[in-house]
Amino acid sequence: MPNTVDGIAFAILAISMVGGALGMVSSRNIVHAALWLLEVSVAAAGLYYLLDADFIALVQLLVYAGAVVVLTVFTVMITLRRREDAVRPVDFSWPALLLALALGGILLAAAANFPKKTISMPDAMPSIVRFGELLFTARGYALAFEIASVLLTVALLAAVWWSREVED
Amino acid sequence: MNVAYAALRVLAGLGLMLANGVVLIYMLRKVLGHLHVRLGPMEVGPKGIVQTTADVLKLLTKEDPTPAAVDKVIYFIAPAVVFVPSLMAYAALPFSAKWHITDLNLGLLYTFSILSLIPLGILMAGWASSNKWSLFGGMRAVAQQIACEVPLLLAALPVVLLAGSLNMNDIVKAQAGYWLGFIPAWFWIPMFPALILYLISALIETNQTPFDMSEAESELVAGFATEYASMKFGLLFLSEFSNLFVQSALIVTLFFGGWLIPFVPLELQQKIGISAPVVFMLKTYLVIFVMMWIRGTLPRVRIDHMMSLGWKILLPVSVSWAMITAFVVKLAEVGR
Repeated sequence: MPNTVDGIAFAILAISMVGGALGMVSSRNIVHAALWLLEVSVAAAGLYYLLDADFIALVQLLVYAGAVVVLTVFTVMITLRRREDAVRPVDFSWPALLLALALGGILLAAAANFPKKTISMPDAMPSIVRFGELLFTARGYALAFEIASVLLTVALLAAVWWSREVED
Repeated sequence: MNVAYAALRVLAGLGLMLANGVVLIYMLRKVLGHLHVRLGPMEVGPKGIVQTTADVLKLLTKEDPTPAAVDKVIYFIAPAVVFVPSLMAYAALPFSAKWHITDLNLGLLYTFSILSLIPLGILMAGWASSNKWSLFGGMRAVAQQIACEVPLLLAALPVVLLAGSLNMNDIVKAQAGYWLGFIPAWFWIPMFPALILYLISALIETNQTPFDMSEAESELVAGFATEYASMKFGLLFLSEFSNLFVQSALIVTLFFGGWLIPFVPLELQQKIGISAPVVFMLKTYLVIFVMMWIRGTLPRVRIDHMMSLGWKILLPVSVSWAMITAFVVKLAEVGR
């Protein structure tokens, strides 16, 4: 019984995620595209939840759906001069098509050649305390975490420097 | 069987949300009325008590025109995108040790994550209306939310550090003791700066009056809700009042001991099962009253002032307070 329920939930989430992604790339309206992105990230949170990774699911919702997509939509709206600018015609170019096909081929080949590995899932997800220990101690991933935060600080500084007022 | 129970719980949450909406609108009118030295609604029923019921009927039976220029799909789903997270936010609230829709180990994080989706719905409503006031309202709502979500989370963080849990029932239970034998060990005393930070951020997040720039009747008609009518407007409105309730319930849970009654033994409180939800509701409504009091007293802040308040004051202060608390908690742990 739980397997069937999980299967149905997975089907709904997977279809809405792939559908959202297709909607995003095929939408001519940039605001609609950003909102499709929202659907994809909410569905991704649902998939994490289905894997019993509650914390990751909630952080996905808080950071990606609640902050990244909000910022994206906000930026799109702030940079649109007129409402009509949101709709763009198809801007076709051969090099872009070739590049996209090449990337798709590489990804497909990589996925096909991915070494098959069976991982046994733990019965219960480790608690948030264990998660914190793993992430923030020297035995765990503290170094990687610190490097990521340095990277983000650099990006922030660059953004501030870039958006400063230029004196003529 | 379990599914039926779960469905009943969700229905109970929905019922509470709708009832809250009706009661809170009446309360807002009465409280604001008396703060302005007038009576508020008096005509429908004794002391105007069924005024909001009449208003709900009016909203339900009103014509629902769709303006010609709107972005149809987004215009229709935006009220749902605002309403559904507001309803979901009730799921983890601890009305008592047993009364809750679900008991989540990450309850606090869950509530914050769900609430962070609401501004997107507001922005969708504002954009889809194709009306510059609506768009301004939506943009302001999102700018506000981005500026104040981080201080809000960081103001809740010290409490989580003290309680050592993200489960809201555990946070309540961590406040059960007494300091010096007679002061209830509620977190608002050691965490007073966090309470003030949280209260200001919560007012901003719920678009309450000193920070209601996203609606701003006098400049933006009705902000993001301008082009909505009938029950679609009703949903946007209801979600706003429901968020007020959820934020107040969070303040009660984090800082004022949740469903605990001071000086009554915990066993006795758990034996009289009904006392806890009643106390929780009373405390929550008291916090809502304080918020309405602020609403009736202070004039609206200008949007740029609010933005600099969020980024230049609330953010650094909340970061420093969280760091101080973490330091002290760690010292106490080492000292033990």
